[in-house]
Amino acid sequence: MFKRSYYIAPTLVALLILLVLNLPNSTTVRIKTSLGSVFLPLFGITGVTQQASARVGDNLLPKSELIAENNSLRRQNQQLRLQLAQAATSSKENERLRQLVGWQKQSRWNVKLARVILRDPANWWRTVQIDLGSRNGLSNNIPVLSTEGFLIGRVSSVSLTKSQVVLIDDPNCKVPAIVENEARNQGLITSGGPLDESFVNLTYLLSSANVKPGQRVVTSELSAIFPKGILIGQIADNARLVESGLISEAEVKLAANLSSIEEVWVLFP
Amino acid sequence: MTILPNILILLTALLVVFFQGAFNGIRDLLGAQVDLLPALMVYTALTSGPVMMMVLSVFAGFMFDTLSVNPLGISVLPLLLIGFLLQLRRDLLLRDQIYAQFALGLIASALAPLMTVLILLTLGQSPLLGWGSLWQWIVMSGGGGIATPLFFFLFDRLNHALGYQPIVESSFRADREIRRGRN
Repeated sequence: MFKRSYYIAPTLVALLILLVLNLPNSTTVRIKTSLGSVFLPLFGITGVTQQASARVGDNLLPKSELIAENNSLRRQNQQLRLQLAQAATSSKENERLRQLVGWQKQSRWNVKLARVILRDPANWWRTVQIDLGSRNGLSNNIPVLSTEGFLIGRVSSVSLTKSQVVLIDDPNCKVPAIVENEARNQGLITSGGPLDESFVNLTYLLSSANVKPGQRVVTSELSAIFPKGILIGQIADNARLVESGLISEAEVKLAANLSSIEEVWVLFP
Repeated sequence: MTILPNILILLTALLVVFFQGAFNGIRDLLGAQVDLLPALMVYTALTSGPVMMMVLSVFAGFMFDTLSVNPLGISVLPLLLIGFLLQLRRDLLLRDQIYAQFALGLIASALAPLMTVLILLTLGQSPLLGWGSLWQWIVMSGGGGIATPLFFFLFDRLNHALGYQPIVESSFRADREIRRGRN
């Protein structure tokens, strides 16, 4: 037979946990940040190991392959410089026209490259941690893009050296989006299924929305967080009526491959 | 009593949580990340005392929630309940049998995510759930079941290597030897 204390102790621990669960969000974020420092040595070891293995891989590459890659990159660089010069001209022209029409000047976004260091260990959330934090100027609700420039998610919490990014297919990340068709149908991107990370739902479309597979879906100007025009993905199937035919929704195939993201761009206003 | 096995258990919990976040081979292959904490709790509940069981549930739960978007402390409660129930029936469990270890790990790993999701829903959170979650649940349960005997094996080896070994005393004493012979 167990002693009475055996029953009392777990009950007290459970009560303490219930108390912690009811703490304000700001307090739990601070506690999480402090507790997260326990993992710092492990992050360090993983980083050093990855660097060492990358260095070994670099040393094993044959010189002829490196020269060929260097030449290819040089050619690509020249092409990009040319495109950049053209884009700069277009940008200046755009600014002039905006001034003439009296439209508001568009603010430029700065980008910073971050490395994905961790994914959420729980299967019911889709978040990643990146190696930039408040000391790098990050704050909450900053948009995050893949290295190819497709939307991935937004920063949801920030500590000194790390930040949590809630991915676009997480239930806590909702993105106002627009379909690039004639009607410019507006909708809201919500999470897809728990197994397939490459699909999300575009919901709250008009019941009469003429959405067809292959049409591009980009961020809408209605969002307070995401700048407009960032590519999210493509419509994967025809829109279907939901909620007793009041609205329709369609599946969107994400442009970014969320299961294999290693580096991301963080957009700064 | 030595504190070393307990430290090893806590260190393993820390590594397990980090492994679950940092290495995604299983997630990419099977579509779900295996949670090894319930399996570790089965080992701890069956081999350590109630204090260690509670320390592990709090430590491992907090560490898991730190790396996750889970509300802080939510993973503690399922681990605590699993540990408590196991210790309540500890004398009746065939903890040295591999099939019993597998079965307990399977049940614990099936119960833990169910309870966590239930608490999340009770708290008004909206986790990512769907028909695919059933597959994830099967993977998590199976993975935990397989991991439990491995934890028993690993810790038995570690304790054997690092702990004190019992000294086998011989009953032979030279001063009490009866010498037989003709004198």
